[in-house]
Amino acid sequence: MSVNSTAHAFATARSEDRAALVGYLPAGFPDVQGSIDAMRTMVSAGCDVIEIGLPYSDPVMDGPTIQAAAQQALEQKTRTTDVLRVVEAVAATGTPTVVMTYWNPVERYGVERFATDLASAGGAGLITPDITPDSGAEWIAAADDRDLDKIFLVAPSSTDERIAMTTANCRGFVYATAVMGVTGTRSTTSDLAGPLVARTKATTDLPVGVGLGVSNGAQAREIAQFADGVIVGSAFVRVLQEHSADRAAGLRALGALTEDLARGVRR
Amino acid sequence: MSGMGDESRFGADERGFFGNFGGRFMPEALIAALDELDVAWRDAMADEAFVKSFDDILADYAGAPSKLYHAERLSAQHGARILLKREDLNHTGAHKIRNVLGQALLTKRMGKTRVIAETGAGQHGVASATAAAYFGLDCTVYMGAVDTRRQALNVARMQMLGAEVIAVESGSATLKDAINEALREWVASVDHTAYLFGTAAGPHPFPSMVRDFCRGIGDEAREQCLEQFGRLPDAVTACVGGGSNAIGLFTAFLEDEDVAIYGFEPGGDGVETGRHAATIFAGESGVLHGARTFVLQDQDGQTVESHSISAGLDYPGVGPQHSHLAQVGRARYLPVTDAEAMDAMALLARTEGIIPAIESAHALAGTLKLIPDLVAQHGPEATVIVNLSGRGDKDMGTAIEWFGLGRSDDETGDPR
Ligand SMILES: Cc1ncc(COP(=O)(O)O)c(C=O)c1O
Repeated sequence: MSVNSTAHAFATARSEDRAALVGYLPAGFPDVQGSIDAMRTMVSAGCDVIEIGLPYSDPVMDGPTIQAAAQQALEQKTRTTDVLRVVEAVAATGTPTVVMTYWNPVERYGVERFATDLASAGGAGLITPDITPDSGAEWIAAADDRDLDKIFLVAPSSTDERIAMTTANCRGFVYATAVMGVTGTRSTTSDLAGPLVARTKATTDLPVGVGLGVSNGAQAREIAQFADGVIVGSAFVRVLQEHSADRAAGLRALGALTEDLARGVRR
Repeated sequence: MSGMGDESRFGADERGFFGNFGGRFMPEALIAALDELDVAWRDAMADEAFVKSFDDILADYAGAPSKLYHAERLSAQHGARILLKREDLNHTGAHKIRNVLGQALLTKRMGKTRVIAETGAGQHGVASATAAAYFGLDCTVYMGAVDTRRQALNVARMQMLGAEVIAVESGSATLKDAINEALREWVASVDHTAYLFGTAAGPHPFPSMVRDFCRGIGDEAREQCLEQFGRLPDAVTACVGGGSNAIGLFTAFLEDEDVAIYGFEPGGDGVETGRHAATIFAGESGVLHGARTFVLQDQDGQTVESHSISAGLDYPGVGPQHSHLAQVGRARYLPVTDAEAMDAMALLARTEGIIPAIESAHALAGTLKLIPDLVAQHGPEATVIVNLSGRGDKDMGTAIEWFGLGRSDDETGDPR
């Protein structure tokens, strides 16, 4: 496995007897360079994997926080090529970098072309929130040709059959959505996460990351008890939104949040 | 109703694909609910008791069958036989009541207690609130904030009917964003809530299911035309927003090869201006709201905002079966501008005493442009059925602005 793959990051975390910290931000938020700076800050403060959101006009899985950030990125005219530029800059740190994208921008760019350009930018693969493996044959083929990670989602509502079908099509890790709902921080972690991770692990040896709702180190610690990775998005976005007037302060706060979460995943 | 389902070569396969279009591009969190709906819908359609109770409700409550009306003055003016399928006379004033009664009946059968819906103009929201009241279901309607302002009267109607209306501020704050928000809400409430989708678009099984609930329009019209005129029409026409009234009319005629099929899309200020919602005519294949279909999008696959004077047609996507019918050439889809539609609205009002919805006025305007060709082909007996999908009461605010109505004539002179 290449050092750029997410599996490598999860294996390293496991060897240190901890969960991996996966941090999300949309590319182009607050602007292209600002998103690169922010993600590099997250890398140096302890994220093991970076998940770069490709801003999309119709993000059905995202709550208000990430919607607003993506919209800001689109208003700044962030293009798909800009997202790939961000991937290149972040992957250059050596930290595995995946793109989280709704499907239509990939289809529009051309699935083969996207896979090629993602791979040459050093990207590890894709998280695809609005396609399931049974609707994703084209992406699966393109990813398999280039050994890119295919990270599909499982949900509390998934049947065991669907979980098995999904994990059989994943490479890198499996993304378990801990709540029935959209992205956004929540004050309590979901009691749906544990059983979902157990059902997922019954079908695969792949690491399982849990996302949707985590906002602090204490929640990260809870999830790290049973999951291989803790995925955090809205909380990072919110920190940057709260410091929109002072970027340096925003990066400091982002670093502090990352460190808190990184302590959390160390159980 | 004479038929259910569409097993023809124009229907969908098991996975909801109409040729290249349709399918189910959706978050995993919703797949179980869509599977459940798919099974329940197929099961209901195969159950004579369900079909009969749907037919009974349509007849007793909604007023089906709607009349097929020969617009004689209009026909004489244009030199062809123009037949209007009077969906405007249905309860709540549009074809939409068929779809919501079907879906709400199915909701009851599935044992769910709450429905959510998206709405653009408010027509589907009002219809959903109506069906919810009829069946005793809780109802929440998501409506773009821009639309709640444009259509305050419909917001009040929904509230009057006991529904909760939520204004959606995200994105362009119009129909597509209301759909996004309803989908988000559905993910969180799926165990007891059904999503009453307002048109024949979205992920499988919605396009096929909504078609099934709307296809009575065409089944009735075909029978009425044969009965009243002893022949089939030469053409059938409808406006196309998401495509429910259009597919509802077209389905009965798909296998009648001599019947031409036309869908009229909202051309807004004119397709060449970029301010329009002519999705099939001017869009490109993509994935939106769970289906592969024609989409108005930019080079990066971002959805482009649509424009139409008609809120009910103002949608940057379209039902996948229409994309398929266009691709295989069984139906043609052409744009009609705001101005052409508004002219047709006034014309029908003054010639026949019928004020159509602006949506339906698109169908009429497009049809009038076709008539010279139809007559050249079929002679003066040329017969066309236009789907008059709804009535224009809801659109009087727009008409007041467009035509400068609403002040007494001694004050303003004749507005036209
Ligand atoms: C009267 C009327 N006709 C047509 C439409 C367009 O929808 P569809 O294309 O699904 O028939 C609407 C939508 O609100 C409507 O109110």
